[in-house]
Amino acid sequence: MAGRPLGLGPAASPPKWWWWLFVVLLGAGLLAMPSLVDISVQLDVSIMLILALLALSMSFLWGYVGILSFGQTAFFGLGGYTYAVLALNLGETTGSMLAALVLPMLFAAVLGYFMIYGRISDIYLSVMTLVVTLILEKGIRATSGDQFVIGTVRLNGQNGIPSVPSLQIPWGGGAELFIDGVFYLAAVLLILVYVGLRLLLLTHFGRVLVSIRENERRTELLGYDSRRYKLAAFVIAGAIAGLSGALYAVWGNFVAPEMFNLSQAAQVIIWVIVGGKSTLIGPIAGTALIQYLTTWLGTQGVGQVTLVLGVVLMVFVLVFNQGLLPTVGLILAGLRNRMRAGTGR
Amino acid sequence: MEQVAIYAYQIGVSFSIFILISLGLAVIFGMMRVINLAQGEFLMLGAYACVLATQAGLSLWLSMFVAAAVVGLFGIVVERVIIRFLYGRIVDTLLATWGLSLFLVGGITTLFGPQSESVVNPLGNVTVGDIALSQYSLAMIAIAIALLIGTYCLWRFTRFGLIVRGTMQNPDMARGLGVNTDRVFMLTFGFGAALTGFAGAVLVPITGAAPPMGVFFIAKAFITVISGGHLPLIGTVSASAIFGAIDGFVAFVSSSVVGEMSVLFVAIILLRLLPMGITGHLRRGL
Repeated sequence: MAGRPLGLGPAASPPKWWWWLFVVLLGAGLLAMPSLVDISVQLDVSIMLILALLALSMSFLWGYVGILSFGQTAFFGLGGYTYAVLALNLGETTGSMLAALVLPMLFAAVLGYFMIYGRISDIYLSVMTLVVTLILEKGIRATSGDQFVIGTVRLNGQNGIPSVPSLQIPWGGGAELFIDGVFYLAAVLLILVYVGLRLLLLTHFGRVLVSIRENERRTELLGYDSRRYKLAAFVIAGAIAGLSGALYAVWGNFVAPEMFNLSQAAQVIIWVIVGGKSTLIGPIAGTALIQYLTTWLGTQGVGQVTLVLGVVLMVFVLVFNQGLLPTVGLILAGLRNRMRAGTGR
Repeated sequence: MEQVAIYAYQIGVSFSIFILISLGLAVIFGMMRVINLAQGEFLMLGAYACVLATQAGLSLWLSMFVAAAVVGLFGIVVERVIIRFLYGRIVDTLLATWGLSLFLVGGITTLFGPQSESVVNPLGNVTVGDIALSQYSLAMIAIAIALLIGTYCLWRFTRFGLIVRGTMQNPDMARGLGVNTDRVFMLTFGFGAALTGFAGAVLVPITGAAPPMGVFFIAKAFITVISGGHLPLIGTVSASAIFGAIDGFVAFVSSSVVGEMSVLFVAIILLRLLPMGITGHLRRGL
């Protein structure tokens, strides 16, 4: 057991009772929150929850399948734009939300097919996904002219699309979600995705994914077509990132090319690295922590937030390679072992 | 005839830009397998060094060498402080250099502000028939080719080049033969950084210098070197030729964004057809 962080065993083992307790408590805490805190805190926490979904999509791919996809922001932005364009065109939001899941999935399937079936090595895949999101950003930025219209919506280039409608409650006669509604939705979806991914990793499919991370060639020799599994995981992650992007559009009533850009992509990496990619809960915590830090730095008048984020990233890679939660878990495990050794004597 | 000249000129300029932005990366990533995401920021540092040197009264041509020296030294510092702990940990290198890239963008913005700095283009135009071509762009093509030939000769014909190639091929063997591989890694990284800094300075009269400029080049540089495959120089040249031709042509008939997107599209198709890169089937070479 030495070296295994306390409470953060491999996700492929079935969760213990206290994990379910933790999920229930987390859920209850989140659902009770809007009645306890004021609107500005609700807004801040909602965006943390929404971005945590994006972090989850990356840590699922990176921590469990071993694919480091920088370009999760490509699906994030695509989801946001899909929702914005369709919701503004149709005036109907449930279908737009679904489309904002499907389109990033299709895009992930096509892109993933070329990269994964081309068997380009993992590191090339990372760079290619990064390039894709940068090119998408450039493409969107170049659409400022009048001729770039989808349906009745101008894409607006640099300026993004304003006044994206909020989500309507289906069968609710056009009633829209307000700030607390978006909060509840984000909280429920985050917990669903978190639990869903955790359980997915227990299935046969999930075990094959983890074994691909451990040793792709051996998995193939055991008769699994690793490309199919990797592509499926890539598409799932694309859907989660797309969901996150659509929620982002709902939250801010706004989409902009910044959703695709390098600093957005960098932030996702930082959340996952700081939280610890070997867990699913770590990136959620990392997102909350870094979002809080960024907001706090903003209010402190430190001019360059990127400068600080850059230093954080370098320090974590060089010193705390495991990420925050696993490092804490390792320390706790060490303490526990020492205490056990003490009482055993 | 004039049409042909215009296309040749456009493609030549595109080609030289591809060579300039990816030659340093061909050394750092192609030879050393260090994924340096701060490569674009090295270009930016070169551009700023050049701007400062010209403002101090040096000529543009001298400033290019100053920029190369400054960024080369900076590269050596980066190698000592960050990269040398991360050899063989390819993903960690990528993340740490990304941190470095954010740090540099933030740092330069704090120091010089977010506005763009520029340098006066010292050369005029030359007319071919009734079209005016920028002399500086022609000079840039010449510089790119000269850098390429210089780098090739350095690796191919000098003792230093031989030691570097041997070290990259098999560091343990090189160490066994008495080569100080630690120093070779440091110098090679510094050389790659210097090439990048020089390229940044060459690009200044065309692009100017601004903190976020690195982002515009990093994507192109990486797809060029990756599509080139495992022979850094030959691969980079052939990929630059293909992408430069596509970019130059499409950007001329349509817009520069469409040009870039078509390059990306071709790169993805190319990687599907030739997963090992253009030079994947060549056994020997540089």
